[in-house]
Amino acid sequence: MLEGRDLACVRGERTLFSHLNFALDAGELLLVQGANGSGKTSLLRMVCGFLTPEFGDILWRGEKIGKARESYHAEMTYFGHAPAVKEDLTATENLDFACRLAGIPVDSQAVKGALGHLGLGHCLHLPARSLSQGQRRRVALSRLLLTRARLWVLDEPLTALDQAALQLVQSLLGEHLQAGGMALMTTHQAVMIPGVEPRLLPLKA
Amino acid sequence: MLQIVNVVLRRELILAMRRRGDVLTVLFFFVIVASLFPLGVGPDPKLLRLMGGGVVWVSALLAAMLSLGRLFASDYADGTLEQLILTPTPPVVWITGKILAHWLVSGVPLILVAPILGVQFGLSGEALLVLVVSLLLGTPVLSLIGAIGAALTLGLRGGGVLVSLLVLPLYIPVLIFGAGAVDGAMSGLGAEAHLSLLGSILILAFILTPWAVSAALRISIE
Amino acid sequence: MMNGFNWYKYASPATFYTLAGRLIPWFYGAAAVLCAAGLYIAFFLAPTDFQQSEAYRIIFIHVPAAWMSMFIYIVMAAWAAIGLAFNTRLSFMMASALAPTGAMLTFVSLWTGALWGKPTWGAWWVWDARLTSELILFFLYLGFMALQAAIDDPRRADRAGALIALVGVVNVPIIYFSVKWWNTLHQGASISMTKAPSMAAIMLEGMLVMALAAWMYAIAAALSRVRSIILERERNSQWVAQMMEAEA
Repeated sequence: MLEGRDLACVRGERTLFSHLNFALDAGELLLVQGANGSGKTSLLRMVCGFLTPEFGDILWRGEKIGKARESYHAEMTYFGHAPAVKEDLTATENLDFACRLAGIPVDSQAVKGALGHLGLGHCLHLPARSLSQGQRRRVALSRLLLTRARLWVLDEPLTALDQAALQLVQSLLGEHLQAGGMALMTTHQAVMIPGVEPRLLPLKA
Repeated sequence: MLQIVNVVLRRELILAMRRRGDVLTVLFFFVIVASLFPLGVGPDPKLLRLMGGGVVWVSALLAAMLSLGRLFASDYADGTLEQLILTPTPPVVWITGKILAHWLVSGVPLILVAPILGVQFGLSGEALLVLVVSLLLGTPVLSLIGAIGAALTLGLRGGGVLVSLLVLPLYIPVLIFGAGAVDGAMSGLGAEAHLSLLGSILILAFILTPWAVSAALRISIE
Repeated sequence: MMNGFNWYKYASPATFYTLAGRLIPWFYGAAAVLCAAGLYIAFFLAPTDFQQSEAYRIIFIHVPAAWMSMFIYIVMAAWAAIGLAFNTRLSFMMASALAPTGAMLTFVSLWTGALWGKPTWGAWWVWDARLTSELILFFLYLGFMALQAAIDDPRRADRAGALIALVGVVNVPIIYFSVKWWNTLHQGASISMTKAPSMAAIMLEGMLVMALAAWMYAIAAALSRVRSIILERERNSQWVAQMMEAEA
């Protein structure tokens, strides 16, 4: 469903990768691998449409993502380096607004449930400013529970998480894949999802 | 569509409420700049009456420019902007919402305070009314045009100063027609022509700038 | 489509680099000849103005510089638009290469305007509609260049600059109209150099020749600036390395 064809990425003067091909279908997990600075984040940002490939195309259901913008965006979700959590809003407000802006219908019960599931039940109404780094990332990750996106694009989703949250995210991923979802992600940690054999996508110049 | 504008507006207004200090800073800046002029040119009432409209307008321009940093910078820094671009809604929709919120938070307070400044400069009752109307038509244009500059300078060194260099020349027509309207009311020539020109600029800016801002954000996010 | 002639070939920086190198001397030559001819008309053929005496002769520099400064901004915006529409790197380079020349001509027209104003009205600067618009145009050029200078990534610099140039060009007529309106309302001094009754045909010819000279100069200067931009951006590419070897 998601397909990259002959992609090349140039940042500044460096060619990070070229002639990169990949395909991702229902139920699959694709792990992007490479050293620091090999273009992992750039590839994910390309898949989001933030970066235009120097060469090649990215297709969603056979259509270029630039052309199918609306339907593509409705079916994907991105978790980036910056967690998109506003310090001045509470955890609940953050999740609520994030969902509403993305066009996901939510009620306060669902929001509370999602945050509770990620172990934030005791700080629902605290401003995100007073949350720790890991807690903020959990607020951002709670979106994954409510979104109905088929494609998850996750950039280092496991950093700054404790053991319990790590387990939780991996089981979330497992459920998502089992339900026919797909995920493209980068991580430096080992991913253990029962019943899923991740495919690897190594990046090299 | 309207629903999304509504959500954006509510979110921005809540954020502004939690950061009231920022809003007040811009407002006080506006008042202080306007108050500097009599100290600079002397207290002659005739001269001040002549200058009043222009001074209030120049101060409004500077205050509007000062508040542009709030428009996209924090969303850019914390990743919210990426999430907004990834929503299925066309970018112009939420961009319009954000600009509208920016105007409500930083333009409207200026309009409310402007008559007090006008009185300090000895403007007549009619001129005060025209001043308010001209600001009502003109300050949204400042937010609209300013948004282009704010979007283009995201994450750049010296972004604040750069914005002023980009945006102030583009503000000139608004300044001319805005201050000209007040002038027209004071001299008895009438302000209608100025106000209708300001109105047409507003319509033009409202239609065109969200597209330019959308393009600018795409460029800056790369 | 276009058969026979490959336009894209000339849009490639490597080919363009050589082509520009060959063209530049010709444009500089044309500029020098036209400038000499224009100055000859200005100083020897054009009659002395009975109102303003000899000082008026500076309009042979002032007016062409002002014309060209506006024209170059439009050309710059056109290149910017082409670049954004077709994603051609060379168009962006042309836009950024034109900006300094445009800014310089704007400055020349402001400066000569001041030199002309002193003997004519006894003031270095009058808030005349044209001079004021020219000043704002100067600010627009500065904004464009400052924005490009502040961005490290060449791709973003190209596109951001292009966008602000387009926004600027849409605004230029509005700015010009508003300044004119402001000027008539405040009954400021109005310079109508080109509409002077004593304006002889020979004067217009002189200004046209000078404008052509400025045009040729602008093309030559922009081309050589594009060449250095190309070299800077492609310094790691193969063809530059080969060229350097051949020259060494």
